[in-house]
Amino acid sequence: MLLHAQGSSIGNTMRSNGRIYVVIAVILIILAGLILYLIRLDKKISKFEKEI
Amino acid sequence: MTNEKSYIARNWWKILSIVLLVYTVIAGLLLPIPDLPALEETSRNLYFHVCMWFAMMILFTISVVYSICYLISFKHKYDIYARQFAVVGIVMGILGYATGAVWMSYTWADPNNPTFQSFGALAREPKLIGAAIALLIYFAYLVLRDSINDMDKRARISAVYNIFAYAMLFPSIWIVPRILPSLHPGQEGNPAMNFKDITPMMRVVFYPAFIGWTLLSVWIATLKVRLSLLKEKKLMS
Repeated sequence: MLLHAQGSSIGNTMRSNGRIYVVIAVILIILAGLILYLIRLDKKISKFEKEI
Repeated sequence: MTNEKSYIARNWWKILSIVLLVYTVIAGLLLPIPDLPALEETSRNLYFHVCMWFAMMILFTISVVYSICYLISFKHKYDIYARQFAVVGIVMGILGYATGAVWMSYTWADPNNPTFQSFGALAREPKLIGAAIALLIYFAYLVLRDSINDMDKRARISAVYNIFAYAMLFPSIWIVPRILPSLHPGQEGNPAMNFKDITPMMRVVFYPAFIGWTLLSVWIATLKVRLSLLKEKKLMS
């Protein structure tokens, strides 16, 4: 309920001091890692499809 | 060069999915959202939690279409398609459930009661029970399919069961939760789709987010399909 009590002031603080970009950077790195993994899997499977 | 071109021509939707997901994260966290009581900044979960369920519904729909294709043509590859799309659909459903549990515990829990007591009210949520029933029916699909050894029998029985499972989605997640009172939004109509629920600004992020997550899950499903087709080929040769 901490979030509820402080309201959207958290959102305003996060945006005004630029900390929200840190969160975005972290999520983007995770997303990039997952997608790179998927691309690698895709390429590997394509290779096997050509071999068989 | 032509090979390279056809590669992009065949996989443009994967690139689209990546672009849309990156856009979702950036715009989803930065663009303004309406300041609603109790929800506040958590409204941004709309771009993630709701998209999981939408992706699940679309994957289950693709799965049942392939099951019907199998029953019409008896081609073995359609059985594999149906199974893998259902599996990834279940994964998206579990993710939707887990994200919903976190979101719920911060927005539905009664501030005057400790969490343990308000859990009693939360556990009676028709939407939660409906979604749990739908997922359990799909778990049963996997159990049923993987417990039959004979290939043709397995494909035929699980295709028929898949149609029943899809039919059960209608009452359990689309009809019953809308009849009963619930804390979950989207009582009158489709959650997040009607104009009362979200502002035009949120639509700008929500639609791309929904398409991006769906394409990502379809991508994973196609990878699984190709892998099991390869396995099948190896077994045959």
